[in-house]
Amino acid sequence: MNKLQYISNLIIPLFLLFVVIYGFIKKVKVYDSFIAGAKEGPGVVIKIFPYLLAIFVGIKGFQASGAFDFLKEALAPLCYFLNIPIEVISISIIKPLSGGASTAVFTDIVKTTGPDSIATRISAVIMGSAETTFYVLAIYLGSVGIKKTKYLVPVCVISDIIGIVLAVVIVKLLF
Amino acid sequence: MNIIFILLITISVVFAIANNRVEEFTTAVFDSTKLAVEISLMLLAVISLWLGLIKILEDSGIIHNLSKIFRPVIKRLFKNIPDDHPAITSITLNFLANLFGIGNAATPLGIKAMQDLQTLNEDKETITFEMMLFIVINTSSIQLVPFTVIGILSGLGSKNPTAIVLPIILATVISSVIAITNLFVFRKFLGKGK
Repeated sequence: MNKLQYISNLIIPLFLLFVVIYGFIKKVKVYDSFIAGAKEGPGVVIKIFPYLLAIFVGIKGFQASGAFDFLKEALAPLCYFLNIPIEVISISIIKPLSGGASTAVFTDIVKTTGPDSIATRISAVIMGSAETTFYVLAIYLGSVGIKKTKYLVPVCVISDIIGIVLAVVIVKLLF
Repeated sequence: MNIIFILLITISVVFAIANNRVEEFTTAVFDSTKLAVEISLMLLAVISLWLGLIKILEDSGIIHNLSKIFRPVIKRLFKNIPDDHPAITSITLNFLANLFGIGNAATPLGIKAMQDLQTLNEDKETITFEMMLFIVINTSSIQLVPFTVIGILSGLGSKNPTAIVLPIILATVISSVIAITNLFVFRKFLGKGK
């Protein structure tokens, strides 16, 4: 595992080195090109900012109002019925919404149910196989100013739900 | 997105009042604006860095060569991208960053890919199928080694933290395939023409 981590850590430095050397060989004014490219950064971020703001206000407000806890409790009987640990609900709802919060929720699940519990394993698979869908949507659509998204949002939501079911099934089968 | 936003805000305010958590709600709203600024600043840094690096690659002509190598793979899925288009390279780089879990590179490269795809778009406000496909692949996560998860597990005393890698790879591959299939199914039934 440490070897893998080490290789992963090496990717960025080696990439940097490669970019600069390759540019030099091809007689590119490396520094000027870098500045010209980086100059576009602020414009992109300013475009994204309102979308980010909207998504964070919506999500944080939802959590703080207690609506999030209510949703969890409402889904609890379903969990009990399907013999799924209740913690899976928290991670499933939070993962598509927020990366930071889902890491916090995951850490909490590991602490309370133990690092090798079934709840931890299902949550780990959800952490690894799902994405912060709404954050990705807001940023990617915002960066190019797309307003009409056709059927993209339903596809993403349905796929997320299937992904969660899949995580439960895989863990139940393998462990 | 309009409906989601209205629902989120309405439900939140109703619950905040019903649960007597109005104060918490208001604090959370203002805290979230702070969070948006923090994340934006972080993005400003990494996006500028990656746009700078990509520009060097563009100017050195390697984008062209790379797109030649990856064209057969990318074009199998993204049919409407012309052969020499920079989108092929930015999509490839984004996928690679995702695969190897270089999280803070994936987002800037994804934005670059969206911008490249937007140059092929005739109606700048309406999403294209290629963009949807790209976003769906990104939101279904294609990371191979989940370092964060393994880190937390081993940090908190798991006996075998890497046991989770195989199930995660299985789940992520299958869920990506399902997500892509979903998109194609939706297009078949809803998207006329494109």
